[in-house]
Amino acid sequence: MATVSDRPDPPAAKPRVRAGSLLGTVPFLAYVAVFLIIPTLVVVVGAFAGDGGFTWSNVAALGEGYILDAFARSVALSAVTAAIGAVLGAVLAYALVTARPGGPLRRVVTAASGVLAQFGGVTLAFAFIATIGLSGFVTVFLRDHLGIDLYAGGVWLFELPGLALVYTYFQVPLMVIVFLPALDGIRPQWREATESLGGSTWQYWTRVAGPLLAPAFLGSALLLFANAFSAYATAAALVSQGNPIVPLQIRGALTSEVVLGQQNLGKAMALGMVVVVAVVMTGYTLLQRRTARWLG
Amino acid sequence: MRTLARTAAALVAVTTFAGTAACSPPEKESAGSGTAAATATSAADLGGMDALVAAAKKEGELNVIALPPDWANYGEIIKAFGTKYGIKVNSAQPDASSQDEINAADQLKGQDKAPDVFDLGSAVATANVAKFAPYKTATWAEIPDALKDANGTWTNDYGGYMSIGYDAGKVPAPSGVADLLKPEYKGKVALNGDPTQAGAAFAGVMMASLGSGGSADDIAPGVDFFAKLKKAGNFLPVDPTPATVESGQTPVVIDWDYLNVAQGTKLKGKLDWKTLVPANAVLGSFYVQAVSKDAPHPAAARLWQEFLYSDEGQNLWLKGGARPVRADAMQKAGTIDAAAFAALPKVDGTPVFQTEAQTTKAKEYLAANWAKAIG
Repeated sequence: MATVSDRPDPPAAKPRVRAGSLLGTVPFLAYVAVFLIIPTLVVVVGAFAGDGGFTWSNVAALGEGYILDAFARSVALSAVTAAIGAVLGAVLAYALVTARPGGPLRRVVTAASGVLAQFGGVTLAFAFIATIGLSGFVTVFLRDHLGIDLYAGGVWLFELPGLALVYTYFQVPLMVIVFLPALDGIRPQWREATESLGGSTWQYWTRVAGPLLAPAFLGSALLLFANAFSAYATAAALVSQGNPIVPLQIRGALTSEVVLGQQNLGKAMALGMVVVVAVVMTGYTLLQRRTARWLG
Repeated sequence: MRTLARTAAALVAVTTFAGTAACSPPEKESAGSGTAAATATSAADLGGMDALVAAAKKEGELNVIALPPDWANYGEIIKAFGTKYGIKVNSAQPDASSQDEINAADQLKGQDKAPDVFDLGSAVATANVAKFAPYKTATWAEIPDALKDANGTWTNDYGGYMSIGYDAGKVPAPSGVADLLKPEYKGKVALNGDPTQAGAAFAGVMMASLGSGGSADDIAPGVDFFAKLKKAGNFLPVDPTPATVESGQTPVVIDWDYLNVAQGTKLKGKLDWKTLVPANAVLGSFYVQAVSKDAPHPAAARLWQEFLYSDEGQNLWLKGGARPVRADAMQKAGTIDAAAFAALPKVDGTPVFQTEAQTTKAKEYLAANWAKAIG
C-alpha cells in the first residue's frame, strides 16, 4: 500500500541557512534515498538494460497484448473502486459533518476509518476469504440455511470482481479521511447567505458548495485511484491464476520459473506504473492547491 | 520451484534490496572461499568421506533454500542430516520458486547467508549452469547417464509424474483428464500455481494436453482443456495448499504425484485423498540438484549431496512419495524401501519426458495464450 503525501510549497528562502539545522534532516534524507530514490533508479535503469547494455526492447515489450490488457484492467479496477469509494466515502463524510463535531459518532467513525484505510494487504484478503471464501462462514451459512450459492456463477472472489469488492473496502474509509477536512471547511454562513438571497437547497449545492468541493472531491478520487493502482499484497494473496493486473504481472516477471529472463521487463512495467501514478499525483497536487485557496 | 511465495511486497523487497546492497557494510570474506572443499569435485579430492565429514562439521552450518517440509519429505531429510552430522541446517524461504533460489544466490553472493545448494526445476537449472560447482557423489556411477551432467555440474535428484489428487468422499473417481469436465466437478478442480510461473502447474497443463490428444511437442490441447474447464465453471482459481485441501475448498488438485501422495498420508483418517496418474497421459519430470559455486559452506554443501544420494537419503525421498534417481540400482541391490516403493501410484502407459526444445516451445505457446484461455 503506497501512502502518498503532497509536498508543501517550498518555504520562502531565509537569508542564511545554518548547517546545523540541516543535520536534523539527514536521517530522513537517508531513509528516502534508500527506500524511494534508489529503488526508483533501479527500476528506471533496469527498464532500459539488456544483455549488451542500453536497449529499448523492454519498454517496447510493454506494447504486447497481454501487458496492455493488464494495464487496462489495472486502470479500470482502480477507476471503478476509486469512483465507488469516493461517492460512498463522501456521503459518509457528509453524514459525519452534520453530526456533533466532538460527538461520539464522529470520533468513532474517524478512528475506525483511520484503521480500516490502512487495513489492506494479506490480512484483508484472508479476512474476506474467511468470511465469504469458498468455505467462509457467511458462504456456508447462506448455502445451508437460505439456499443461496454465492459462487453459482463462478468463483468471482479470486478474480477481478473480487478484487473490486476488497479494494472498495479500504477505499471508502480512505475517502472519509481525506475528504473530511474539505467538508469541514464549508461554512454554515454560506448556506445562510444562499437562503437569505432566496436560493433553494438545490441551488446551494449546484452553485455554491458543489463548485467549492469539486476540486477536493476529484483530488481525493485521484488519490484513491493511485492507492488502488499501486496495491499489491491484497491482490497477490487473492489471485493465483492469470495475473489480471500489472503488479501481479510484475510479480510473474520477477519470480517465474517457467518463462525466464524477464526481470527487466518487470522493471519496464514498474516504470509504466510510475508514469501513471506520477500523472495522477500531479493532478492531485494541482487540485489540492485549488482547494486550499477556498477552504484553507 | 513450488507454489509462489506470497510474501507481501515481494517487489518492494527486490527493489529495496538492490538499493541497500549498495550501502551494505563491506562484505565479510565467507569462510568457504579459498578452502580445498570449494573446488573439490568428489570426496576423494579431500582425502575421502571422513575428511569431508570433518570439514563439514568444522563449518557447522548448511544453508538450504526453497525446501518446503511437506515437499518430497524434505522436513525429515533436513532433520536426519542435521542429527546425523551435528550440522545446523538453515532452511530459508520454504515456499520460494526456483527462480527465487537463483535470485537469492545472486543477491547474497559473498555473504554467509547465501544458499549452499540448489534444488531446481530443469528450466531454471539449464539457464544457470554457470553458477554451479561440479561435484560427483560416491554413488554417482549408479545414476543413469540421461539424468546427470557428464561433469557432475548438475544431477537429477528425484522425480515424479503429474497426477490428479481428489477427495474420494466429495467427488466421483475420475478415470482420466477428460472426466474433469463433467458437471460433478463444478468449481472443484485446482491447479498448483499459475502455469506461466510455477513449474508444477506448467506440467499440469502439459499432462492435460497429453490426455486431450496433444503430445510432448504440442501443449495447445492442454490450454484448450483448461479454457473448457473454466467455461464449464469447473476450474477453481485457488492456489491449493494443505489447508485448502483439508478444509474441502480444493477437492481436486492437479499436482506432482509425490505431493498428492504426501497429502493423502497427512490427511489419513480425516479424508480419503486419492492420487491418480491418468492412463496414457503420464508426464514425468525430475528436479535438479546442484552445489552453488559461491557456497559459503562448501564442505557441508558437498556432504549434503553425499547424504541425498546415499541409500538413506534416497529412501527418505521415496518415503515422501518421490521417485529417487537411484531407484533402479537400489532395487537391484535390494537396498530400496520396498514398502514405500510399492505404495507409489500405479503408472499405466509410457512415461513422457519432455526435451528442452519441447519445453521451450510449450512455454512460448503458454506465455502467449494462457491468460487469454482463462482470462
